[in-house]
Amino acid sequence: MENNRKQTLEQISALFASQDLAVLSTQKNNQPYSSLVAFAASSDLAHLYFLTPTTTRKYDHLTANPPVSILVNDSRNQADDIYRAVSVTGTGVAAVVDKAKDKGALELFLKKHPHLKEFASAPTTAFIRIAIHRYYMVSRFQNVVELEITP
Amino acid sequence: MNPVLQSGEFPAAGKDQVGGKAWCLAQISELGISIPKTWCVPCAVYENYITQTRLRDRIFLEINRKPFEQMRWEEIWDIALRIRNQFLTTPLPLDIRKNLSDLIEAYCGEKPLAVRSSAPGEDGSAASFAGLHESFINISGVEDILKHIKLVWASLYSDAALLYRKELGLDIQTSRMAVVIQELIPSDRSGIFFGVNPSDAGESVLEAVYGLNQALVDGDIAPDRWHLSRSSGRIIRHESPVRDRCAVVVPGGVSFTELTADLVQTPPLNDREVRRIWETGKQLETLFGRPQDVEWTFLHDRLIILQSRPITSTGFTDTDEKRTWYLTLHRSYENLQVLHEKITRDLIPEMIAAADRLGSKPLADLSAEDLCREIEERQKIYDHWVSVYWADFIPFAHGIRLFGQVYNDAVTPEDPYEFMALLEKTGLKSMERNQLLENLADMIRSDAGLKTQLENDLAPGPDHPFSHLLDTFIAQFGDLSCTTGSGSECQYGELAVIRLLMEFARRPAAAGSGIPHQRDTAALKERYMASFPAHRREFAEDLLHLGRESYRLRDDDNIYLGRIETRLFEAVQEGQRRLGDPATAKKDRDMLARFPALSAAPAAPKQTDAPAADETAAQRWFRSRQIVGQPAGPGIATGTARLVKNPQDLLSFKQGEILVCQGVDPNMTFVIPLASAVVEERGGMLIHGAIIAREYGLPCITGAPHAMQLIQDGNRITVDGYLGIITSHTKGL
Repeated sequence: MENNRKQTLEQISALFASQDLAVLSTQKNNQPYSSLVAFAASSDLAHLYFLTPTTTRKYDHLTANPPVSILVNDSRNQADDIYRAVSVTGTGVAAVVDKAKDKGALELFLKKHPHLKEFASAPTTAFIRIAIHRYYMVSRFQNVVELEITP
Repeated sequence: MNPVLQSGEFPAAGKDQVGGKAWCLAQISELGISIPKTWCVPCAVYENYITQTRLRDRIFLEINRKPFEQMRWEEIWDIALRIRNQFLTTPLPLDIRKNLSDLIEAYCGEKPLAVRSSAPGEDGSAASFAGLHESFINISGVEDILKHIKLVWASLYSDAALLYRKELGLDIQTSRMAVVIQELIPSDRSGIFFGVNPSDAGESVLEAVYGLNQALVDGDIAPDRWHLSRSSGRIIRHESPVRDRCAVVVPGGVSFTELTADLVQTPPLNDREVRRIWETGKQLETLFGRPQDVEWTFLHDRLIILQSRPITSTGFTDTDEKRTWYLTLHRSYENLQVLHEKITRDLIPEMIAAADRLGSKPLADLSAEDLCREIEERQKIYDHWVSVYWADFIPFAHGIRLFGQVYNDAVTPEDPYEFMALLEKTGLKSMERNQLLENLADMIRSDAGLKTQLENDLAPGPDHPFSHLLDTFIAQFGDLSCTTGSGSECQYGELAVIRLLMEFARRPAAAGSGIPHQRDTAALKERYMASFPAHRREFAEDLLHLGRESYRLRDDDNIYLGRIETRLFEAVQEGQRRLGDPATAKKDRDMLARFPALSAAPAAPKQTDAPAADETAAQRWFRSRQIVGQPAGPGIATGTARLVKNPQDLLSFKQGEILVCQGVDPNMTFVIPLASAVVEERGGMLIHGAIIAREYGLPCITGAPHAMQLIQDGNRITVDGYLGIITSHTKGL
């Protein structure tokens, strides 16, 4: 079981490293909403980070209602995606990070997305951290495993 | 490119389009050797078909459902069956259909034909794919030809081809199949010529039968065989079989007919004809640059070559014996009929007699020396029946496959397992056993006094009807615990059965058989019979009977084998009892202790241990939410997972629990009436758990990889037998 967990975490790490974008799902006043974000993960996979202008619907939602889910997958829009593609959903709680204080996290993010440096520095861009509660990894269409990251 | 090419067009189309068989035939014809009139449906048509219909994507889904490395042979057969049915139920797009029909009509008319595979690479110099893809003979009329073209395409993914996928380089994205259509030669005599004898490089071998060579290829008729000098063609020796029958073309198929008294006495070939075939074989060897395996036929003294391919011993240099054995499970109808007679007329009565004979020997009266001899004898008898089981019973079980294939070909149902409904409820021995258990449980239900007595571990008197029936049960089926594992498991005895009966009795009587199957089998049978022309209905009926027998015996043979195993255990147990008995004389104890069967450590349980049920911190952090296996019994059920790691676990199985195990041993199926669903790591439609679960109408999933590790004992799970998905319930998101 421990091996399975380790192996799954390695697979998730590899997937996150291979993908730049994730689908973020938020909700406010019973209205769900999804958006595409450039993301980065901490090495222990406990946190995911992304940037968003403070004027966006996702920002509005997650500040009003911090529980979110985020999905990363490696599908290629090919028929074989249905079995080949791996998809990981993370659930957790989003929070706005103080860019000036948590420089390490921002550096980690910009190392993966250096072209977003300017975007990150704008005063109207918020840096968001999701503290992951659980991951759900789906492979081969219907094989699903769950991992708890923080209780 | 035309969708149907004439042999003169093969060279221009190229080997990549017409495949190995068509390509070789064109070359043989150019050499001036006779071949039947031959056409080819090139690979491009196959590709158009699977692309336009999106069948390619569906096949991809099917073959990637699970990694092949995690599959058993049976699961691979299941995949091949489903893919074959997808080809059958996916119509040809109108344009492809029209183009093919027009040319087939123009070229072939209503002539009887052979429709054969011709995969690129097949019959080439590197590998010979003999027997992995399908060929059909005596096919006529556009509709039938179109159907069989699809079946040849489907055989690109036959179970044999999937088994040899690595050697074949089978790849859904690139693999293709051309189809050869040949005029059927109503042969007088036919056979096979092997340019070199695989076991003697100095010899060539020629085999010949009267009539068509179909029966020779299937092994149904023993051929005359000539061993020839490979260099000079001189006859070294001629082996004559008992000649009695030959295969002939009849409307809609091939049949056997008795040979005339004259032909029975006469070899199918004279020396001059033997020489002629050897010379032609040599010509073909020169043409293709290596010794050939040549199918030939004579029609009114005209020698015609049906196909030629390079010789490889078994198609491949195969170090995997199991795989080779598996390929031998493809049995013809004729062959299965012979096997059926042998099993029902001889083997099963012999097994029953052997078990009864052993059961009637009073072990307690034997001296220590005689007891050792008895154990040895019983071990020998048991080993003998195990070998019979592999040699005859398992191959016969594959009669289910043959019936399934014929049913699907004839009926083309949407559900490729529809045929199973016609095989079920055929009086399995284990159902009989479970019915007896139910009757005993009924007695407990309706007799409060008996129930209280049993709850307090008090046996009713020997004259009580319950004791009578229990004795009958134990005499017929053993005390269950003995048959569920090694001899050391036998300690439970009668109490084990009683404990299980108390569990049976806890259920309301009517709930015993789960959800009954709703299929109208009479209508299914009518549909099956109606899909055959009148002259083939007798065959259809006989095949259904064979399929039902195959299905029934698949379980029964294990029960009978279990009885013999029990007799062996009883003798071992008696030895162990005496060893542990202080009253046993020292010299007897020494003798028993030296006896290998008694001195060896107890055998390990059949099932390997899964991780302990206790949750460690790490386990809390990882759960398998969904596991995908093969759907093997339709239905959905939610309940507590009960992992059965050891035979003892079965005896504490509770009503409504979901049985999760590596594989249901046929002798363990007595708990299935208590279960609400069955999950097995082992896969395939033919395995016992699946068969019994279907009998009881329980949801069943087989081939669920690592289920014993991923599902935790006591967890709440849902078994979706329609989709083959097991879902573990976890709290919250």
